[in-house]
Amino acid sequence: MIRPAPRTAAAGAAASGTSQAPATGSALRIEGVHKAFGANRVLKGVDLAVDTHQVICLIGASGSGKSTLLRCVDLLETIDAGRVVFFGHDVTNPAVDEILVRRQMGMVFQSFNLFPHLRVLRNITLAPVKALGMTVADAGEEAMALLSRFGLADKARDYPDRLSGGQQQRVAIVRALAMHPKLMLLDEVTSALDPELVGEVLDVIRELAAGGMTMLIATHEMGFARETATRVVFLEDGVIVEEGPPSQVLDAPQDERTKRFLGRVLSAGRM
Amino acid sequence: MTGTQPGAGGPAVAAGGGPALTESGGAEGELGVGAFSRSRRGRLLRSPRGALVTSTASTLVVLGVIVAAFLLAPGSRAVRSTYFNVHDMWRAFIGDPHEGFYSVGRGLVVNIEMFMIGEVLILVLALLVALVRQSKSPVLFPLRMIAVAYVDFFRGVPLILVILAIGFGLPALYLPVVSSQSAFVYGVLALVLAYSAYVSEVYRAGLNSVPLSQIASARSLGLRPRTAMRHVVLPQAVRTIIPPLLNDFISLQKDTALVAVLGAVIEANRAAEIYSSTVFNYSGYTVAALLFLLLTIPLARFTDHLIARDRARRLAGAT
Repeated sequence: MIRPAPRTAAAGAAASGTSQAPATGSALRIEGVHKAFGANRVLKGVDLAVDTHQVICLIGASGSGKSTLLRCVDLLETIDAGRVVFFGHDVTNPAVDEILVRRQMGMVFQSFNLFPHLRVLRNITLAPVKALGMTVADAGEEAMALLSRFGLADKARDYPDRLSGGQQQRVAIVRALAMHPKLMLLDEVTSALDPELVGEVLDVIRELAAGGMTMLIATHEMGFARETATRVVFLEDGVIVEEGPPSQVLDAPQDERTKRFLGRVLSAGRM
Repeated sequence: MTGTQPGAGGPAVAAGGGPALTESGGAEGELGVGAFSRSRRGRLLRSPRGALVTSTASTLVVLGVIVAAFLLAPGSRAVRSTYFNVHDMWRAFIGDPHEGFYSVGRGLVVNIEMFMIGEVLILVLALLVALVRQSKSPVLFPLRMIAVAYVDFFRGVPLILVILAIGFGLPALYLPVVSSQSAFVYGVLALVLAYSAYVSEVYRAGLNSVPLSQIASARSLGLRPRTAMRHVVLPQAVRTIIPPLLNDFISLQKDTALVAVLGAVIEANRAAEIYSSTVFNYSGYTVAALLFLLLTIPLARFTDHLIARDRARRLAGAT
């Protein structure tokens, strides 16, 4: 559905060399991405590669650029320099219809952002019906199957404000899944939740990871990152400072800045 | 305050710490309020009966003063016979074609017609103007400019001048179709043009009140801007603007009376005008005023009801 980029992205070697099984292909390559809002330079040359079925956790302090990076990948922001390659297509090329790209990426926000005027079922079926042209019946059937899978079937006819934060966020994830995304982008999806509701949302993400979903996750949940992530990427001040397997980045960080950040997280009792 | 107990049975706040609390709180019975006691006046106003008595009394006093001022005024008798003459009020209300004047009551039906037709057209035109102004597409730039000029112009010019300009100006142009309409059509057209400018701003406020996160969410799902507007932004915007829209429609309902300046539309105000100039008694205007109130007051109460309901919903949602 995406128009092929004019240049074939053969220069993929630029992506940081992580050892990966040859069976998995490249899902996403972020190459030298810069993004500034006015004088505020948020991303200062980010390179990151995500292969299919990988779960990459972005960690870093608020303001380090995690959310902006995810928004740039979802093409909600226009990048200033660099490019984003999605399954072999340069999606930051102006010739690309970003709407077609977004239909293949699922984005979940910190604040859920369910549509308050629509019932849960309609929240989920809106995009499949209006964007993919599915029939209401087919989309509804599929949505009900997804809701059942995540224990939300009895909420289908409720309005979002009747749901707890955890339920709302699970519905938001289901809403993104209903578009059959090839890549999920999760932006601190548990940060706005009461502590006792975090678990149910993380369980959903764990299940997606176990099912092989490719995910790029900005998170403050270090325990979750440790057990679920293929790689952990530490972002500070708009650049990737350190990345590697969770055991390496979280337990034996090399860079001073990573050590300092993890030290602060540890002293806050969040690890 | 260290150590001083605030009177017998006073709340055990500071003194002594733990033991004092268990001592005075141990018994299940009534506790005094001690130093926290409300003033006597405060207590009277807070009891349900006290509140009812007080509000009734103060209402009677205020109404009494107003009625007394009216009745005792030096010109009271003349005003009452000129403006509040029941006989003239009734004659103006039913009208009498043989005497050369029209029914104010029937005139009001014309006002209601103008209101109903105008309201629908205003809702449509105002939405179009608001959507054009909100659009980002460079293709629509000229339309955006026209929309801005339109809103600036019609919000700045007094409605009565708009009615005069259209009601007498368009026919004077001798254009085909445009210049050969009835005064009723020109009146409605003037109301629609003037009110759409206001209402488009209400729409715009509503559209802007929808959080950007909702739009980001719709975009991230791959909805086209038009679809996002139609299914995500607009429904939420309309919900928030219903009370201000109704406010504007209350104004529209009474401003239909201004079409009287065209002379040819016999609506309530024009009928009252004809009555007063035939009989030299202004009670016809009073009838028109009362009839307008009869229409606008229920609409105002309905608006209040919607606002209260919306507020209750918001409070419930906030928990």
